[in-house]
Amino acid sequence: MNCVTLSPSVTQFFFRRGERLMDFRFDLIIDYLPYFLRGTLYTIGISLAGILLGTILGLLFGLGKMLKNKILAFPFNLYIAFFRGTPFFVQLLLIHFGLIPAILGTTNGLAAGIFALSLNSAAYIAEIFRAGIQSIDRGQMEAARSLGMNHIQAMRYVILPQAFKRMIPPLGNEFIVLLKESSLISLIAVPELIYWARAFNGQYYKVWEPYLTAAVIYFVLTLTLSFLLSRLEKRLATE
Amino acid sequence: MIKVEKLKKSFGANEVLKDINVTIKQQEVVVVIGPSGSGKSTFLRCLNLLETITAGHVSIEGVDITDKQTDINKIRAEVGMVFQQFNLFPHKTVLENIMLSPIKVKKIAEEKARETALSLLKKVGLEDKANAYPDSLSGGQKQRVAIARALAMEPKIMLFDEPTSALDPEMVGEVLEVMKQLAKEGMTMVVVTHEMGFAREVGDRVLFMDGGYIVEENVPQELFDNPQHERTQAFLSKVL
Repeated sequence: MNCVTLSPSVTQFFFRRGERLMDFRFDLIIDYLPYFLRGTLYTIGISLAGILLGTILGLLFGLGKMLKNKILAFPFNLYIAFFRGTPFFVQLLLIHFGLIPAILGTTNGLAAGIFALSLNSAAYIAEIFRAGIQSIDRGQMEAARSLGMNHIQAMRYVILPQAFKRMIPPLGNEFIVLLKESSLISLIAVPELIYWARAFNGQYYKVWEPYLTAAVIYFVLTLTLSFLLSRLEKRLATE
Repeated sequence: MIKVEKLKKSFGANEVLKDINVTIKQQEVVVVIGPSGSGKSTFLRCLNLLETITAGHVSIEGVDITDKQTDINKIRAEVGMVFQQFNLFPHKTVLENIMLSPIKVKKIAEEKARETALSLLKKVGLEDKANAYPDSLSGGQKQRVAIARALAMEPKIMLFDEPTSALDPEMVGEVLEVMKQLAKEGMTMVVVTHEMGFAREVGDRVLFMDGGYIVEENVPQELFDNPQHERTQAFLSKVL
């Protein structure tokens, strides 16, 4: 008998202040739509900036990690280990309250958010690049070099174009993770999507309306992103 | 044209080439045979420094390629190489495969490079495959494209590393035919192969390698019909 009884905290969560799903208030969402849209634009902008910077940095760090000289490669290894081995939220706090004030004198949520996302994703993207490059058969590099290309030419015209194609699926994963993690940036008062969802929650004491709306918007964004990436993958296919 | 002196090559503790000395003249076709693991491929790959050399010297047209001052890319541009696994660039069409290096390395104008590439494709009998991707070709066709790609750099020497070993038997002939034609035109060639018929017919000289040494070298007739060394006899009795 006991096992079907819900604990008081769970019942409170669902039924306190009339927050039942059947009382869902679409009108409040419509009212709040401009804020959701503004927040969504922030989320898209922050994520795109993070993807762009993270990809460029990731390529550089990935190449750095592949350096034959162990001493030169060490800082890159350390960087990747640190950013993969600590929570994004901790990194965000360090950058927001430590790094950015140290550089700019005062902090800036938007800059800190983009910076943290880029640095964090760069560590993962570096590994994706390294794996992609190393997955290309050695014979490709040998053929290119035997035709007189130097290492950089062989990389640029032969290895990277092939590696890039193989990197698209894991890069797509990483971009989706990045887009979702950008929601944590609301905690340093950057007015992106979750920031406005939380504001909604605070203003109307509503839970389902703001957070389900935000979830749907994130879902549409990640679906769009994976659609675009699969299009790109198909375009690059040869036979 | 190629001069190899006291060449040694080790992979870690494993000494693959122990003491190689050989001179290859212009327009000569030298065929290298020997059991697997004898160091034939490693020897060939040392000739364009795809393998770093542990000791000794290799010079090509009087230039010591083991000298650190030598620009190895310049040497490689003049020494074509054909691989067992073809190593065509799968993301480029046949024509692009052939044109890439002339354009990027020799800075030849695209139109001129295309002209050369098309005439080379004609030479290997594949002009109709110019716009195909390598994945759609048979093994024999791939290898003929690989030969055309190497020839597009107008090399003075061509190295062949078991060019027919990865092919289905019925495709071996078409590739050997192209190589024979090349030999007839006077190309200097070093060919590592298991095709004894080719060695006998086309080779000016055959090197038999075993255990990291050139055990015996001679003109094909002599080496095949009258091998002097015991190990050569043992090897030939197994493959002929």
